[in-house]
Amino acid sequence: MKAVAAAALTVAAATAFTWFLLRAESQGAIALLIALAVVAGVALTRVNLPADAPESLTQGLAIAGVAVLAMLLREDDFSLLLITRILIVIVACLGLTVQFGYAGVVNFAGASFLGVGGYTAAVLSRATALPHLLILFCGGAAAALAGTVLLLPVLRTKGHYAALVTVAFALLFRTFLEVNDTLGGPQGLKPRELAIGPLHFNDPVQFGPFEGSFYLRYVALALVLLALAFAFVQRLERSFIGIALDAVRLDEIAAATFGLDIARWKIAAFTLGNFVIGVAGALSAFMIGFIAPNNYTFAESLIFVSILLLGGIGNPWGLSLATAIVILLPEKLQVIQEYRFLLFGAMVILILLFRPAGLVPRPLRRLAGPKP
Amino acid sequence: MTAPLLRCRGVTRRFGGLVALDALDIDVEPGSVMGLIGPNGSGKTTFFNVLTGLFPASAGEIRFGGAPITGLEPQAVYRIGIARTFQRSRLCLPLSIFDNLMIGNHRHLDHGLWFNLVDRKALRRAVEENFAAARELLRIFDPPLADRLLDPAGRIPMIDRRRVEVCRALISRPKLLLLDEPSAGMTHDETMRLMDDILNVQRRLDLTIILIEHEMSVIERITRRCVVLNYGRKIAEGTYAEVSRDPSVRQAYLGLE
Repeated sequence: MKAVAAAALTVAAATAFTWFLLRAESQGAIALLIALAVVAGVALTRVNLPADAPESLTQGLAIAGVAVLAMLLREDDFSLLLITRILIVIVACLGLTVQFGYAGVVNFAGASFLGVGGYTAAVLSRATALPHLLILFCGGAAAALAGTVLLLPVLRTKGHYAALVTVAFALLFRTFLEVNDTLGGPQGLKPRELAIGPLHFNDPVQFGPFEGSFYLRYVALALVLLALAFAFVQRLERSFIGIALDAVRLDEIAAATFGLDIARWKIAAFTLGNFVIGVAGALSAFMIGFIAPNNYTFAESLIFVSILLLGGIGNPWGLSLATAIVILLPEKLQVIQEYRFLLFGAMVILILLFRPAGLVPRPLRRLAGPKP
Repeated sequence: MTAPLLRCRGVTRRFGGLVALDALDIDVEPGSVMGLIGPNGSGKTTFFNVLTGLFPASAGEIRFGGAPITGLEPQAVYRIGIARTFQRSRLCLPLSIFDNLMIGNHRHLDHGLWFNLVDRKALRRAVEENFAAARELLRIFDPPLADRLLDPAGRIPMIDRRRVEVCRALISRPKLLLLDEPSAGMTHDETMRLMDDILNVQRRLDLTIILIEHEMSVIERITRRCVVLNYGRKIAEGTYAEVSRDPSVRQAYLGLE
């Protein structure tokens, strides 16, 4: 009971805080809010909040929190855009978590796979009459397929070398987009307007007396995808598959001695992760309404990896928090806009030095025993 | 005379110019405990690594239960019922004891996507069954440890890690268990207790064991036969009493002329 109250209060506080932050205009107020958040964060690490609320309840509360936030901000296009972006980047980072957090396959080309999903969505929506919902998943499938190009070099190499292979892919991918005229070259592409059934996503929302920004639909769709990806990643972790992936990451020799096919598990994790990233990329392309090679830079991939490090590798809640910080901070605090990469770099170094397991460290898996 | 469970003929392993295993002929009878001894660097662990497929043999043939297993991948060797422990603990320390045991039980678990992601009721049942089995196995070794299955493996003392590692090899009910110096880092009494517990399980499961050990009192007490290696060659074979009197063994260990 106490735990449920604590979870409800945390979600309510986070929702209220985000609302204040998004609405705040003056830099002074924003700085004050951020200082407040830092103090609250430090205080939270000191007190032991009961954390044994049922997971499904916490997730439900979090979804409700985002929904309430979106309703409160229903006419504020820019804030809703930021919220959708956060939700989509969380989905992409969930995919990276399967690869990097669980199987230990480093992927420094996250933004590239987001790009594969995005370009697939743009091309398919322009050239075919496929239902757009299906196109979202085609984006995922295309990213998973593109990942197979990398499988051989990634499996043949280890550690830093495997990481370098993905870096090379990220750079090649961007160059490929820039010189490819069919894909619009440096100018990029515009996907068709997203339409699912009778819903046209770029029309303003009107529901009797209720009126709101067209972004509300994107928030809703991103939230649904996020809920699916979240459930997928958490179920994966809390299963025999999760144990196998951890074994592959922690000790390949011991894993092989106990029958685990290292290559098979790495391929599975890499492909599943890329699929999730690709779906996020497709939705993101529809939402921005315009994609270009510049959206999918190596720097963007680095941000994804730093989100994982910041949040706590392998913890979906941690990366959600980290994504919100990494996206909101430079948008609201304009003084640091120019210096955001410097700031992220410093943040990652500080985290690695003082809190190496991240802001919200991944908890121990408890498969058996009382239901979490 | 029963057919040997493990039959090695001319097993050789070279690392460049170094011959780590030199034409070994070793037979292990089913249900027996065989000691594998020899000075440091004599090739004992290399023999385990070749047997389990971590290093392929350069020459020779290995048969297990009559079927050739030379050149099999480690995964395949495990699936036909050979499990091992490592000289230096190779537990996954951030994971719970239970998770570590489940890594050992990999061949009996369902890793399908549907089973693990969708049919959560069946998964939960399988987890509960495995949890009960893991607890029962650990209880043989140390009852208090059996109640700490969900503790991280990194937070238990060395002796318990050894026990967990032995249990990780045992839980899949292998036919042949390879123990690589289980006494390393433990006191004499702890080692004796661990060995008694292992023998206890061995009798119940009709298990065959090859034991690498430096502590000769352990070898003397629990092995029926031992093989002595030196520079990758078998220099003696027999009961502990026989090999310990063998002049070539004394020379290898003590350097007597």
